[in-house]
Amino acid sequence: MPDPRVLPFPTSPGEARPAARLPLTIRGLGFVADGTRILDGIDLDLADNRLTVIMGPNGAGKSVLLKLLHGLLAPSAGRILWGGRELDRQTRQRQAMVFQKPVLFRRSVRANLQFAVNLKKSPEATELLSILMDDLHLNDLADRPARLLSGGEQQRLALARALLLAPDILFLDEPCANLDPASVLLIEETLHKARAGGTKVLLVTHDLHQARRLAEDVVFLHRGRLTEHSDADSYFDTPASPEARAYLAGQILL
Amino acid sequence: MLTRFFSASAAAVLALGVVATAPALADDDRFIIVQSTTSTQNSGLLDAILPQFKEKSGIEVRVVAVGTGQALKNARNGDGDVLLVHAKPAEEKFVADGFGVKRSDVMYNDFVIVGPKSDPAGIKGLSDAPLALRKIADSKAPFASRGDDSGTHKKERALWKMAEVDIGEASGSWYRETGSGMGATLNAAAGMGAYTMSDRATWIAFKNKGELAILTEGDDQLFNQYGVILVNPEKHAAVKKDDGQAFIDWLIGAEGQKAIAAYKVDGQQLFFPNAVKETN
Amino acid sequence: MQDFANSFSLAFELLWRFDPALGEIVFLSLRVTFAAVLIACAIGLPIGAALAILRFPGRGLFVVLFNTLMGLPPVVVGLLVYMLLSNAGPLGVLRLLYTPGAMIIAQSVLVTPIIVALTHQVLSDLNAEYADTFRSMVVPWHKAAVTLLWDARYALLTVVLAGFGRAIAEVGAVIIVGGNINHVTRVMTTAIALETSKGDLALALALGLVLLMIALAVNAAVMAVRASARRMAYA
Ligand SMILES: Nc1ncnc2c1ncn2[C@@H]1O[C@H](COP(=O)(O)OP(=O)(O)OP(=O)(O)O)[C@@H](O)[C@H]1O
Ligand SMILES: [Mg+2]
Repeated sequence: MPDPRVLPFPTSPGEARPAARLPLTIRGLGFVADGTRILDGIDLDLADNRLTVIMGPNGAGKSVLLKLLHGLLAPSAGRILWGGRELDRQTRQRQAMVFQKPVLFRRSVRANLQFAVNLKKSPEATELLSILMDDLHLNDLADRPARLLSGGEQQRLALARALLLAPDILFLDEPCANLDPASVLLIEETLHKARAGGTKVLLVTHDLHQARRLAEDVVFLHRGRLTEHSDADSYFDTPASPEARAYLAGQILL
Repeated sequence: MLTRFFSASAAAVLALGVVATAPALADDDRFIIVQSTTSTQNSGLLDAILPQFKEKSGIEVRVVAVGTGQALKNARNGDGDVLLVHAKPAEEKFVADGFGVKRSDVMYNDFVIVGPKSDPAGIKGLSDAPLALRKIADSKAPFASRGDDSGTHKKERALWKMAEVDIGEASGSWYRETGSGMGATLNAAAGMGAYTMSDRATWIAFKNKGELAILTEGDDQLFNQYGVILVNPEKHAAVKKDDGQAFIDWLIGAEGQKAIAAYKVDGQQLFFPNAVKETN
Repeated sequence: MQDFANSFSLAFELLWRFDPALGEIVFLSLRVTFAAVLIACAIGLPIGAALAILRFPGRGLFVVLFNTLMGLPPVVVGLLVYMLLSNAGPLGVLRLLYTPGAMIIAQSVLVTPIIVALTHQVLSDLNAEYADTFRSMVVPWHKAAVTLLWDARYALLTVVLAGFGRAIAEVGAVIIVGGNINHVTRVMTTAIALETSKGDLALALALGLVLLMIALAVNAAVMAVRASARRMAYA
């Protein structure tokens, strides 16, 4: 029997879970800003049915990679295909992102969520709104100005707002940095549900424990290059690249 | 919701804008516009006599008070129904050019030359205006001119010509053109202790005389005639011919003339009616 | 100078008596200015928001243009509007010259560039913060514009006040297109100009003080709204 509280992702009116598979195919991806190479020659295939964790030291290019995959930045080289398609307005509407520093509108918590509901315009979105407010414990905060929330509360709100868009793929950039264990648990539970509902999750984190708990496969970046992509088990037990080994042992900073 | 909010507030803004402007647009009171000079307004004459006309005729007279030069220009554009100004040659040209129907004398007063009581040019008591100006020029005492092509300014320039003084040369030194109305020029003269020429009505009603006093008056050359003209409806169809003519008829008729004579400031009569009686 | 003391007592006396002639002039001043600011906002806020959000060739040129137009001399605007509305002009048939409507138009022309330029400035800052989120959520630009306008509403109050200040204090344009006609188009500033030219400096200054007090009241009211908003951290 399916868990009745599984988030009904992704459901647009009259549209079942798309039959087409939506793997991410990344070929020769590079990004240059102000003459510096920030990402270089990334080749990567990500299945649509796994929770992928991206790891790497500070400044490795993890946030930039997420922004490229989400179409917020344009690649300087290479291409990104999602289910065989280039990113465009239409495909990007089926993606969502939680930023490293969440940007919330200068409005109440409820108004921030309502904004996403209004964008979606589906009757399910309203239903989803109350489920997410329950799941992420936002009911008591509903009428508070979003920008006065604590860091953890803001992350919960940002996650709820992103999930309201019923995305096929969800990017998260260190959503649990600086959060207390209870909030981390809340967010992880929600991600599990989203995952069970069929949403592909791509998560950047520095928290090894969290990575172990969530990851099905791990991507390791170092100085703008992909040094490893393996299943979670093999990554944590027998990291293939020396950089990943050193990172796991707490040795490299950059 | 936001879109609805936006269209709702846009509609509200538009509605408010319309409401705010509507009374202005839908003004269907009976009124005419008279292009006139600052002297008739600043002296208080029009405020005194226009209500009497409105009472009788039901026509409101809206006065735009500017220099005679600008009044003539505005009327040429058809922005006004009646002209009430004081520069006879320019008025006659206005009619000759077909912009006005007919010019009628209304009233007169006179110009006076005022200046600081210390009178550095020594013109006090003179009754020869060109001679007084000549002495001002010789002493290089400051003189404030309207410099705005008004009736007073035109008259003043004519007098300088008779005095054979080249004011173009002196402009910027002792001869100072304010480029503004009579009141502003009197303020400037009071401020810098300068001589100036004013119509008597504005002078009497003026409240900031300071150290200024009348020094030269009584020359026939200082005669100041006011005329009234109906703007030609054949040039500008929007001209309210009947109401405008009604105002002119009243002004140069017995009642208007009496009202002009009755207007006094501090017991002094400011304007002297001299309309030619029509025989009919 | 004795005039100063006179003016102060005269100003308070005028207000105290609630002089009806003064009341009429004050009311017209406020009506004309509010209408002009309203129209300027209806035009200027969306343009300012569009300039803050959209990236199109020549955008920088528009920004420079509106910034320059902020300094438009009122007399020039008055002349342009006069030439438009004059019976000899293209819009003469509207019969708007020498009516409050003409004054509203002239002041709208003066205030709109201020609203556009300052709105663009305020919203550019906010958009820098929101842009990635808008793009992530695929928010269409007009919705983004409404969101920015709404979220910056308290900062925009200051923008509107700047426009209000310019309009209520302006004399050069309204005296040309309004004509300073008693009971019809006489507002605070043109009345001050008239009393000055009559040499009644005390009365002119007193009217100026009244104008100042009105502006003060409006500013204080708006700032009070803004301060309470700031406490709520929306601002
Ligand atoms: N728009 C940009 N212009 C120039 N440099 C940039 C830009 N964005 C990122 N960088 C640089 O690219 C590098 C990678 O940045 P990125 O934010 O992706 O790192 P990260 O892996 O997410 O690090 P962290 O773990 O600290 O979040 C950094 O050196 C950063 O300074
Ligand atoms: Mg990062």
